Amino acid sequence: MSLRRFIAQRILVSIPVLLGVSIITFGLVHLAPGDVVDIIIGLDPNATPADRIRLRNELGLDRPIYIQYIDWLTDALQGDFGRVYTMGPDAGDYIASRWPETVLLGLFGWTFALLIAIPTGIYAAVRKGKLGDDVSRFVALFGISIPNFWLGLMLLAIFAVQLNFWSASVPQKPLLSREMLWWLLLPGITIGTAASANLMRIMRTSMVEEMNKEYVTAARAKGLSERTVILKHVLRNSLISVVTVAAFLTAGIVAGSVVVETVFGWPGLGKLFIDAAVAQEINLILAITLFTGVAIVLANLVADILYALLDPRIRDEY
Amino acid sequence: MSTQRGRITITGFDADAVENRDELSEWSDDKQTEIESRWRMVVREIIRDRLALIGGSIVLLMLFVAIFSKSIEIAGVTVQPISITPYDPGETLVADPHAAPSLTHPMGTDRIGRDMLSRVMVGTRFSVTIGLVVTTLAGTFGVIYGGISGYFGGKVDALLMRLVDMVFAFPGLVLAIVIVTMLGRGYWQLVVAFAATGWATYARLIRGEILKVKQNEYVLAAKALGGRDRRVLFRHVVPNAIAPVIVQATLSIGTVVIGVAALGFLGIGFTGSTAEWGTMINAERSTIVSAGGTWDTWWVTVFPGAMLFVFVMAMNMIGDAVNDALDAQGGEDLDAAGGGG
Repeated sequence: MSLRRFIAQRILVSIPVLLGVSIITFGLVHLAPGDVVDIIIGLDPNATPADRIRLRNELGLDRPIYIQYIDWLTDALQGDFGRVYTMGPDAGDYIASRWPETVLLGLFGWTFALLIAIPTGIYAAVRKGKLGDDVSRFVALFGISIPNFWLGLMLLAIFAVQLNFWSASVPQKPLLSREMLWWLLLPGITIGTAASANLMRIMRTSMVEEMNKEYVTAARAKGLSERTVILKHVLRNSLISVVTVAAFLTAGIVAGSVVVETVFGWPGLGKLFIDAAVAQEINLILAITLFTGVAIVLANLVADILYALLDPRIRDEY
Repeated sequence: MSTQRGRITITGFDADAVENRDELSEWSDDKQTEIESRWRMVVREIIRDRLALIGGSIVLLMLFVAIFSKSIEIAGVTVQPISITPYDPGETLVADPHAAPSLTHPMGTDRIGRDMLSRVMVGTRFSVTIGLVVTTLAGTFGVIYGGISGYFGGKVDALLMRLVDMVFAFPGLVLAIVIVTMLGRGYWQLVVAFAATGWATYARLIRGEILKVKQNEYVLAAKALGGRDRRVLFRHVVPNAIAPVIVQATLSIGTVVIGVAALGFLGIGFTGSTAEWGTMINAERSTIVSAGGTWDTWWVTVFPGAMLFVFVMAMNMIGDAVNDALDAQGGEDLDAAGGGG
C-alpha cells in the first residue's frame, strides 16, 4: 500500500470515531439530571416558572435531543460552540485564547519526559540485571506512583515558597518571554514525570528485546564498537516502539494538564475545564472535551503515520 | 498371552511384546499430584519477589486500617464495632488549629483543629477500596465485552470495537470529570465515572488475546463436542487469554487511586469536609499557594499525600511482580500496556 493511501485510509477511519466522541459527550452532558436553565435562572432572583419555560424555548431545549445535537454539530463545525452563561466570552473564543498555554505546557512536559527517559532507558537496558538497572527500575516505579498534584504542590512548597527560586504565582509576562519559560520548568517537570517513567520502562523493554536479535550479533561480529551497535542499530529500531506509545502518553499529558494547571494556576484549557465543571457550563465542557478528543485522535493519527514511515512493513497490515 | 480369540487366530501380531514393552512416558497415576497448576506457580513466583512482599504487606496493613479505623454500621446494625482512631476524625478543635506534630497528635492538626492522624487513617477507606472496586467492575465488564467481540469476530467485532476506539479518544480523567460533574459528588458516583472510562482497556486487551487463543484446536474441539458459545468462550477461551488482563488490572489500580484523589484535589470528587486524602490536600492547598503562603504548616499537605504515594507505590510493586511472574510463564512482555491515562 502506498504511503499516501495509507494516510488517507487512517484519516477516513478517524472521522466516525470523532463523530462518536461528539455524540458520547453531547449525550452525557445533556441527558444528565442537572439543567442549564436552573443555572441561568439562578442568576436572576425574580424569575418565574413562566420565565423558565420561555428560556427553555429560547435555548431550544424543548426539542428532541437528536435535533439539538445536529444543531449543535452544524454550529460547532462552523466554529460556534455556543454561549457560556456565567462567564464572559463564547466557548469557542475561550478555547481560541487558552489553547497556546496548554500546548506550551504539554511541550515542556514532553521535552522533559524524552530528555530523562531515553538516556535512562538505554542505560537500564545496557546494564540489564545489574545494580544500575535495579535502581532505575525503582526510580521509574517512584515516578509512576507519585500523584502529580501532590508532586506539583511539594515542588512549589520547596522551590518557590521555601527557597524562593521561583515565584509561586504565574508571572505577568508574555507567553514566550524568558521569565515565563523559566517559570514553566516546575509545571513542566510535574506533568512530565509520569510520562517519563512510563517511557523509560518501555524504552528499556524494547531495547532489551532488540538486543537479543541476530542483526546485533552480526553487527558485533563485524567488529563494530559496542557504542555504535547500541546507538546506531539498536536505538533506532527500539525508538519505533516508543513512537507507538507516544500517542498513549499524550493522552496522559492532556489529562495531567487538567490537574497541573490547577495546582500552578496556569491559565490553560485544563484549568478552564475545571472552572467549567464547577460552574456546570455545559457548552464549555462540551467544547473542551471535544477539543481534547480531537487532539488525541490526531496524536494517534500522527503516531500511526510516523510508525508507517519508520517501518514500511506496517502499512500492509491495515 | 495367546493369539487365539475364540475361533479366530491372529497372526503377525506379537501380543506379548506389547504387554511387556517399556512405558511410553514417565506418567503414572500417582505422579499426577506433582504437576503444579500454572496459577500456583505464578503465585509462588510473586511471593518470592521481595518488592512484592513489601508492597503486599503495606496494602494489607492499610486494608486493616481501612476496616478498623472506625466502626461500620450497615442499615443501623453495627457489623464492626472497633474503632482504632485516637480521635473522632470529624471533631474540630481537639487541639489548636494547625498545631504541629506532637506525641498526642503525631501528624498535627488541620486548619480547624481536627486530628490529622485520625483523618489520614479514615482516608484509607476511600482510596484503598475505590481502586479495588473500580478495577473489579471495569475488568469484569471489559472482559465480557472484549470476549464477545473477539470470539464472534466479523461484524460484531467491528461494531463493538468502534465504541472502544471512541472511549480511547478521551483521556480517562477528562471523561471521568465530565461524568462526575453530571452525576454529582460522592463515592459511588466516582466508581461509576472511573469504571465507565476504564473498561475499554481491558476489552481491547482481552480481544487481542482471544483472537490468538481461538485459533487453538481445543477450541474447535470444544465446539465440535457441542459446547455452546457461552460455555466455550468463558470456560475454554477466556481463562487462556486472561493473563495480560490481570497484569493490566494490578498495574492500573494505582492509576485509578491517583485519579480519584486528583478529583478530590480538584474539589469535584467529594464534599469539602470528607476525610479523603486528595480532598484533605485541597482544603489545605492555600497554606502553600496564596499570598503569604508558607511551608510552616507542612504536615497538613505532606502526610495525606505521602500516604497516597506509599499506597500507590505498594500497589505498583505488586503489579510489577505479577507482570514478571506471568512473563516467566511464557507470556509476552506487557510493560507497554502498563500505566494508563
